[in-house]
Amino acid sequence: MALGRPAAALRNGVTTTGLRPLAPTPMQTHRLASGGFVDRSRPLPFVFDGRAMTGLAGDTLASALLANGVRLVGRSFKYHRPRGILSAGSEEPNALVELRAGARREPNTRATGIELFDGLVAESQNRWPSLHFDMLAINAWFSPFIKAGFYYKTFMWPASLWENLYEPLIRRAAGLGRAAGEEDPDHYEKAFAFCDVLVVGSGPAGLAAALAAGRGGARVILCEEDFALGGRLLSERKEVDGVEGHVWAARAVAELQSMPEVRILPRSTVFGAYDHGTYGAVERVADHLSVPPGHLPRQRGWRIVAKRCVLASGAIERPMVFAGNDLPGVMLAGAVRSYLNRFAVAPGRRAVVYTSGDDGWRTLVDLARAGVEVAALVDTRPAVDESLIALARSHDVRTVLGAEVLRARGFQSLAAVEIGASDGRIERIACDLLAMSNGWNPALHLTAHLGGRPRWDDSLAAFVPGTVPSGMAVAGAAAGKLALAEALADGVRLGSEAAAACGFAGPAIPVAAETERTGSAPLWRAPKRGANKAFVDLQNDVTVADVALAHREGFRAVEHLKRYTTLGMATDQGKTSNLPGLAIMAALSGRTIPEVGATVFRPPYTPVAIGALAGHHRGKDFRPTRRSPVHAWAQARGAVFVEAGLWLRQQYFPRAGERDWLETVKREVATVRGGVGLCDVSTLGKIDIQGADAAEFLERVYVNGWKSLAIGRARYGLMLREDGFVLDDGTTSRLGEEHFVMTTTTASAAKVMQHLEFCRQVLWPELDVQMTPVTEQWAQLAVAGPRSREALRAVVDNAHDLSNEAFPYLAAGEVTVGGGVPARLFRISFSGELAYELAVPASFGEAAAEAIMAAGAPFGIAPYGTEALSAMRIEKGHVAGNELNGQTTARDLGLGGMMSTKKDFVGRLMAKRSALVDPDRPMLAGFRPVRLSDRLRAGAHFLPLGAPASAEHDEGHMTSAAFSPTLGSWIGLGLIRRGAERVGERVRALDPVRGGDVEVEICSPVFVDPAGERLRG
Amino acid sequence: MRYSAFAIVREALRGNRHWAPVWREPEPKPAYDIIIVGGGGHGLATAYYLAKEHGYANVAVLEKGYLGSGNVGRNTTIVRSNYLLPGNLPFYEWSMKLWEGLERDINYNAMVSQRGVLNLYHSDAQRDAFARRGNAMRLHGVDAELLGRDEVRRLVPFLDFENGRFPIQGGLRQPRGGTVRHDAVAWGYARAADRRGVDLIQNCEVTGLTIEAGRIVGVETTRGAIRAKKVGVAVAGSSSRVAAMAGLRLPIESHVLQAFASEALKPLIDTVVTFGAGHFYISQSDKGGLVFGGDIDGYNSYAWRGNLPIIEDVMECAMAIWPGLGRLRVLRHWGGLMDMSMDGSPIIDRTPIHGLFLNAGWCYGGFKATPASGWCFAHLIATGEPHPHAAAYRLDRFATGAVIDEKGAGAQPNLH
Amino acid sequence: MRIPCPHCGERDVQEFSYLGDAGVVRPEGSDASIAAMHDYVHLRDNPAGPHRELWYHAAGCHAWLVVTRDTRTHAILSAESARAAGLARRVAVGAGEA
Repeated sequence: MALGRPAAALRNGVTTTGLRPLAPTPMQTHRLASGGFVDRSRPLPFVFDGRAMTGLAGDTLASALLANGVRLVGRSFKYHRPRGILSAGSEEPNALVELRAGARREPNTRATGIELFDGLVAESQNRWPSLHFDMLAINAWFSPFIKAGFYYKTFMWPASLWENLYEPLIRRAAGLGRAAGEEDPDHYEKAFAFCDVLVVGSGPAGLAAALAAGRGGARVILCEEDFALGGRLLSERKEVDGVEGHVWAARAVAELQSMPEVRILPRSTVFGAYDHGTYGAVERVADHLSVPPGHLPRQRGWRIVAKRCVLASGAIERPMVFAGNDLPGVMLAGAVRSYLNRFAVAPGRRAVVYTSGDDGWRTLVDLARAGVEVAALVDTRPAVDESLIALARSHDVRTVLGAEVLRARGFQSLAAVEIGASDGRIERIACDLLAMSNGWNPALHLTAHLGGRPRWDDSLAAFVPGTVPSGMAVAGAAAGKLALAEALADGVRLGSEAAAACGFAGPAIPVAAETERTGSAPLWRAPKRGANKAFVDLQNDVTVADVALAHREGFRAVEHLKRYTTLGMATDQGKTSNLPGLAIMAALSGRTIPEVGATVFRPPYTPVAIGALAGHHRGKDFRPTRRSPVHAWAQARGAVFVEAGLWLRQQYFPRAGERDWLETVKREVATVRGGVGLCDVSTLGKIDIQGADAAEFLERVYVNGWKSLAIGRARYGLMLREDGFVLDDGTTSRLGEEHFVMTTTTASAAKVMQHLEFCRQVLWPELDVQMTPVTEQWAQLAVAGPRSREALRAVVDNAHDLSNEAFPYLAAGEVTVGGGVPARLFRISFSGELAYELAVPASFGEAAAEAIMAAGAPFGIAPYGTEALSAMRIEKGHVAGNELNGQTTARDLGLGGMMSTKKDFVGRLMAKRSALVDPDRPMLAGFRPVRLSDRLRAGAHFLPLGAPASAEHDEGHMTSAAFSPTLGSWIGLGLIRRGAERVGERVRALDPVRGGDVEVEICSPVFVDPAGERLRG
Repeated sequence: MRYSAFAIVREALRGNRHWAPVWREPEPKPAYDIIIVGGGGHGLATAYYLAKEHGYANVAVLEKGYLGSGNVGRNTTIVRSNYLLPGNLPFYEWSMKLWEGLERDINYNAMVSQRGVLNLYHSDAQRDAFARRGNAMRLHGVDAELLGRDEVRRLVPFLDFENGRFPIQGGLRQPRGGTVRHDAVAWGYARAADRRGVDLIQNCEVTGLTIEAGRIVGVETTRGAIRAKKVGVAVAGSSSRVAAMAGLRLPIESHVLQAFASEALKPLIDTVVTFGAGHFYISQSDKGGLVFGGDIDGYNSYAWRGNLPIIEDVMECAMAIWPGLGRLRVLRHWGGLMDMSMDGSPIIDRTPIHGLFLNAGWCYGGFKATPASGWCFAHLIATGEPHPHAAAYRLDRFATGAVIDEKGAGAQPNLH
Repeated sequence: MRIPCPHCGERDVQEFSYLGDAGVVRPEGSDASIAAMHDYVHLRDNPAGPHRELWYHAAGCHAWLVVTRDTRTHAILSAESARAAGLARRVAVGAGEA
């Protein structure tokens, strides 16, 4: 069969498909005329580096490039050496491209994993100005000067040049692809799945395992990273159950698809194993489309919880290390077979097969069958089985035993190899393809993610799974069972065992396959010549000389080798380089490979898009938004909202004509202090506490006393952490003998709930008390101001007496509003005015707010937000979040007197520690500017007047500040050394980061109505 | 061999065949003046400063694995001194100053890159808290700038300023903060300590502390018993296990902190940014990988690895501030063991055992502290007295209440 | 991680929040000492191995659990209600005193 000449391809294309070839097909100079799992009826145009080409449906970008005769695909990281395609899978170190353009550009994408789509655009990376002429290729000339770790030894003088000169140059030269630099326009989602048996990999072992488990009735998830199912059955010409392997695979997939409890996820990589049977996987839902349709995410991140896992992730072929082994045209033999058999592409015209095992000989047959000239088969072993020699002879291929490839030659692409025979003769053989095989490494990565240590297997000369995570079994090549028959048997056995362990016993039907030879004697010797050009890590440009340098300098531990040379740190995570690196280090240091050690496999198995792990959590959906039950009402009233944790709170309610927020806030404060205002306080935490021991429970969690609290009364309470610092504050009301309702600050609601449950369940399980968070069940509205009683009168049903005598300050009780709607009324005040908080069932919140607004209209009622609330609480000296910052004690806040001496409570003892009762500790005080027009800012530090601005004079800081409309100036609260004793003293409030330096006077923290007459009125 | 550009050229011309080992591999001697347990950044720095500043050469560093196998090689490489409290600020600023002169001091390029550290804030209250911290820094002579939204935007225009759930309002920046190549710190200190005669002994795990009459006299190791007059323990992550050998219980829990690296990319971000509405920080290494991390997993662990909830949380935070990261890929993630202390601050102090000194409790702030930790621990071991910059890091502060709680999270390690 | 909540079944760790060592016992009563309280609040065994620890099923039943978990492997050996465990301990202590 004449191969590769366009006419031949054309003619054969017609005969195989029965269709007239489409125009671009003849361009595919390396496409085989028949075979493969590509659809010759679906040509797909694509562009690489500006050159328009055509591939076929079923191609990867790599196979399409090879079909078009493209060999040079990228440049290496450090020396900018020309690189081609080494592999046909996710181990690819060389063929990295920038896929797509604009905001969808994806740097460092492996051409071997990109499913070709119509209109695909890709560019080579890390080259300038072009792939074929790259200026930085000059680095290769300087390679003796820039060996591993050279940067640790220089660039130290002068210091300033590092950031300004050396580092920017290094940074620009380093890196591979370019990020898009724009917001990712696609979306992602997360999914959770639970199954009995997770099967990772759909090669022979995986399919056999999935079938065995599925036939037993187990819920099975089968994940395959490729878009096609079948694994190496698609790449090898082997028979299973008397049919071609891929036919068997297709039948297996069809059967699995017919099972209702089996889910098949192609294009899905299980990237990590986590605790207790949890696996992370990423599904590339729409990466094979030019743009994801609107209803589909680009990718989906899966969290799969599996009772059992059968890892059938196959094996990764190992390259040989020799000078020039990085030239385009030097490929893994298994990859060559993939391109021939699966993609119907001949990766070269004249090949040399170079192997250290029987497996490589298979390549000879497939090459010859595809019509590629095989110039020689070189086996490093001095003797091989006669059947292999006969095989070569039958294909008329010359065999060279006991020989090595010493060097690959060529400019930008392989042109010849130099073979060193055992007798020392060197022969040069012209070729454009070298198919190399040095045995296989089980892809055991997932077995090691939970700390499992791989075990060295001498007979395979490879690491095989050692200890594996609980619930995992490893099947087939991933377990070192490289022969097909063995892999199938393993899959059947482990699949049915996994199902049986989940209670699904089924038939373990054996699968038959031919026996095959898998002998191998890998070559690890570091080449004597060309160590500077013999690459161990192709992507990071780590050569044999670098490993030798690391050895010479003492970086001999495996992790030292890796970190010093960057071996195995590239995007392929050393899938093809780690073992050669270890082997060469072992040879240099006279140790065995396992003595040097195994590198730690860390997740992810292959790199995972950040977007896929984040799912939809971005932009406004980063975190949930909690809205108050009266949110819509406030919105209609023109509220400006502010984030308060997950909540959106109403910050202020501007009116037309108001110039800025401060003007609005001044008006809102004046409205409350002069008439009546309405503020939504629904976000405060509310906890319903009931039980015979409810009062006793409060005694123990609050610093102050609760047993004496009468039914129908509220009290301010302060809670400490066990370490003696303030946890939270709020009012708690007694609605019945055994019934209290507690309020917490908005920020601490969940924290307090957890703390109370801890106290109830862990500390004092004998107490008869129960609690329920009811924050979201109630809308709570503060009605504050001298006219608040009058406004409320029209809302609360008439049966309830609101007079000061009947419902005085700190009264609390159940009422009805609006003609029988159950509600709770509390006469508590944060503003310092006569004030109430009315709680109604959440669904009545907006109606209640409207009713109050209507009832208050005659008194000029206005809604007010958190800014006005905060200004008024500062005027009253109430502590809030800025003071309750976890670093303050009750004493610091001037609330030390609340701490009962008659009972035990959480935090009592720790609050007595010597440093916490030090009189020099900063304590709460009020601050006002000496010059009334000066603005105060929270965060300023206090220093004595005239003291230099240095740390030893730091006396504390301003915790809160606001403009007080009542006083007509800025006021503040702060913590200052011996604060309470220093009223009247003047200090500096220094704010260097904002250029502030204000003289302030220390005063009482209560600026307005210190006697509290208004709130009792 | 002294490192320099000249040395590189000379050796390259000689075929790179004459580079010497960076450190000797000595057999442990029967006795030393001082033994440092732990060959991580802190232990190696301590040994170096003991030799250089205090004239001790008969010192051994015992490392159970390979040098630098702990957190010095597992962190996100950030250095900064942007602390709030007076117990911390002088110490971390001293560390910053040592970083600034480190490479010439130890003749090793650790790539100290003062590219700035920017903490974003997202609310007025957070701005004021950052102002408080920035002001504290300035009062201690530390550089700090409080930036508004527009200034932040000029520095890092690619962040999400339009659509954030917690909109970026500004940031606190320390221009002198930055990154340092982590492994190089361990190797540089090791090489410098070795050159001053310190024995660095790898694969030598301490299995027991030998205490006689309340005084430490040596250690038991997997390579035999070694006598010593003084022993300094610098094994963050495993401090409780070693302390238990002396019968001590510590105010410490071991937690796992994960970190992440992306594939190598052309330069994207030239500073360090931390998110203020979630746990997330990011920078880019000189090699091109984005290096980032977030919160600890939050449960006691000695497993050196974490789980998906935190991984996803970190990625969500990443996308929340920088939605351009979506298509970039996480290449690796790993975990380190943190000594999470009860107030989030470290301990450099004597112990009730005479001659036994403790350097522990670094939470996730240990890397940036490496030089000052070594400096102050060496001072403590050599003189018996705390160094003034580390005077607050006392073991008894939990009993006295003089805690150093930057976050105000209280005695709950996983909240720090 | 997956935590087997005795009330809700096995759930993702994300539903829980963690407090720490379940072995420490709060010194109760007015005669407890600062030193004893310091020990309870601050000092931990922090073992590498089985660890009895407190978890709160925050996004579930609000139960505090005592989970025994190996800190080296994260393997969970048992999970029980902290309240039930506490009550049982009190009974045991009470019996001991009697």
